[in-house]
Amino acid sequence: MDFSYTDEQKMLQESVQKFVQKSYDFNTRNKIIASESGYSKDNWQLFAELGWLTVPFSEADGGFGGSAVDLILMMDEFGKAMLVEPFVPTAVLSGGLIAALGSDEQKSELIAPLMEGGVQLAFAYAEPGSRYNLASVATSAKVEGDTVTITGCKIAVLNGSNARKLLVVARESGDRNDRDGISIFMVDADVEGVSIQAYPNIDGKMSARVTFDAVKVAVTARLGAAGAAIGALETVIDRATVAVSAEAVGALEALLQKTVEYSKIRKQFGTAIGTFQALQHRMVDMFIECQMARSIVNRAAMKLDGGEDELEKARAVAAAKSRVGKAIRKVSQEAIQIHGGIGMTAELDVGQLFKCVTAIAMMFGNSDHHTARFGAL
Amino acid sequence: MNADFTAEELAFETEVREFLSAEFPANYQAKVNANIRLSKEELVNWQKILYRKGWAAPNWPQEYGGPGWSATQKYIFATEMGLIGAPEPVPFGMKMVAPVIMAYGSDEQKQRFLPDILESNVWWCQGYSEPNSGSDLASLKMSAVRDGDEYVVNGSKTWNTYGQYADWIFCLVRTDNTVKKQEGISFLLINMHSPGISLKPIVLLDGHPEVNEIFFDEVRVPANNLIGEENMGWTYAKVLLTHERTNISGVPRGKRRLRALKRIASKTDDGFGGNMMENSAFKNKLAEIEIELLALEYVELRTLAALTVGKAPGPESSILKIVGTELAQQMDELFVELAGYHCLPFVPEQFEDGFQGDPIGPGTAAASALVYFNNRKLSIFGGSNEIQRNIISKAVLGL
Repeated sequence: MDFSYTDEQKMLQESVQKFVQKSYDFNTRNKIIASESGYSKDNWQLFAELGWLTVPFSEADGGFGGSAVDLILMMDEFGKAMLVEPFVPTAVLSGGLIAALGSDEQKSELIAPLMEGGVQLAFAYAEPGSRYNLASVATSAKVEGDTVTITGCKIAVLNGSNARKLLVVARESGDRNDRDGISIFMVDADVEGVSIQAYPNIDGKMSARVTFDAVKVAVTARLGAAGAAIGALETVIDRATVAVSAEAVGALEALLQKTVEYSKIRKQFGTAIGTFQALQHRMVDMFIECQMARSIVNRAAMKLDGGEDELEKARAVAAAKSRVGKAIRKVSQEAIQIHGGIGMTAELDVGQLFKCVTAIAMMFGNSDHHTARFGAL
Repeated sequence: MNADFTAEELAFETEVREFLSAEFPANYQAKVNANIRLSKEELVNWQKILYRKGWAAPNWPQEYGGPGWSATQKYIFATEMGLIGAPEPVPFGMKMVAPVIMAYGSDEQKQRFLPDILESNVWWCQGYSEPNSGSDLASLKMSAVRDGDEYVVNGSKTWNTYGQYADWIFCLVRTDNTVKKQEGISFLLINMHSPGISLKPIVLLDGHPEVNEIFFDEVRVPANNLIGEENMGWTYAKVLLTHERTNISGVPRGKRRLRALKRIASKTDDGFGGNMMENSAFKNKLAEIEIELLALEYVELRTLAALTVGKAPGPESSILKIVGTELAQQMDELFVELAGYHCLPFVPEQFEDGFQGDPIGPGTAAASALVYFNNRKLSIFGGSNEIQRNIISKAVLGL
């Protein structure tokens, strides 16, 4: 039993910490968010040079190894800094799907360029009526000869406006909630019939609503076998779920730390508010939430990295997201409350951290969804 | 990063499991499963079985007769004990007074007290709290006045768990009234059979006199029963309180109780033709509890992992008592909710040893409220959870 990081992992962690300290302060982040693309292309290129974009990929695919523990240690630091660069949509989700389902040709076309920073991708799975059910797919894919016609609407497409290619979940057969019949197609973002409505999310990251109006792609754009994508879809989403859970843990610890620091300097009634027991105990409860969240996310990453028991892995992910969701509510709301009025202002990082974790609470299923999933698995 | 045991540790786990399955008496197991309290004789007998195996005092160093286990071995042992519901050693001698005697006692005191604790020949109880000194323990008043080779002790102690069984009591007593309250306290061992000691049982909400108030009226205690130096008792007691920071989460016991909850729920009618495992509100509560247990287990494993690589327990360890006790109490609530009307009968004697009547069931449903009542103590004793939060606030958050 050993919960410490390897030397290689420590180097990775230090590399992220160094970048964040040097080049990602709050004002810099605000400027990036205000820019046209909503992320920094220079940063993205730097991530590639530092090797970060290789982390989600196995050595066989030319990557760093693809361990979930590597992933969470990076996401933890990203969360503290509220990084907005599209690491999850491009590298974890889209890259993960191509690695899981793609042919050798598809992999060589996209994975190497992705790791070199040369391509942005987006994954379009959620729909207006799907909520968190990954098998709920109304978007249709009709195959005629060598051509596929895709029609439907996707929401919450992270990085959708910056992506060169969209990975689209569409149904080739069956009813709307059937697990069979679901495929994933790679669609160029600029082909006819694709319309992308871009907007920023509450956490500052770029997202989009994408409609597909009889969009035609070659059948060779399909990832994997026809109608059989649900397994890989769930596996990749589960990995991304652990990634954003770790991102939340980093952000929650930042919220705790900032709140404790503030309570030591903010004076009311002639004394620092941190001397009030009513507030001390609430900050201790925030600390407890952070420790519980960190522990169960570590557990989930270790389960993903070890063994073959898919059910055990799914349960571990559901448990983690369920628990992190609860921690998010408690810690982030208390952070705002203890900061008082200043916590309500857009100019302070605490409020932005609050918004970041609120977004994560909903991503890939909220706490209730994963609690019920855990109970049912 | 991994949470795996080594091959040696796995072999040890098997050894412990096999030993417990062979040696924990079947009739004790049956009583534990039926929520029937084990008697003093049974607890002592079980402790002596462990003693003969050399496992009576997992936390003791080898020089005093401990097994010399690593932190992981201690964890495994506690886990296996908890999973089958075997009673842990009565803590007052083994876990509370013995470490203080080892650290601050004289050689003569070590020889006089430690072997009998190890062999469970004497029963100890704790004399800390007083009627007017609860969370503010340092305000205690029971006085010990030096008179030649003796101390003369006057005052009272309360909440003495199983004081009715005790041969000895370790007390914090006031030996100086003129200094800061923490600096006038001494650590004194008192024979419970001394003249001038009387006991008043306190019946708790579950109908059982688990605790007592103990009165000391001109009790004469040999001065060589003082541990260490006079007026240093508060320091010694604090060391004791921080002595054991692992294996206190109650996770193994929690897992055992979770299994029981699932088993009972699947056999409990929901009143609509199904069972309670099909009741979505109950099922979600159960899932939340299980998730909480998993998180807590990994908080504890993180602490343990730090110990195994030679680090001090990190700040995460300080939350084990708070979360562990509150989680146990949430499980108590679920047992009550499952029982429904069946939690209402107040017939505590049917969960006492030797009950001959016709039990009111089904199963242990009528124990659920009793356990729920009794376990409200968990967040009060051992430093209330508010005191624990004060400690974390100061020591971890620096407030």
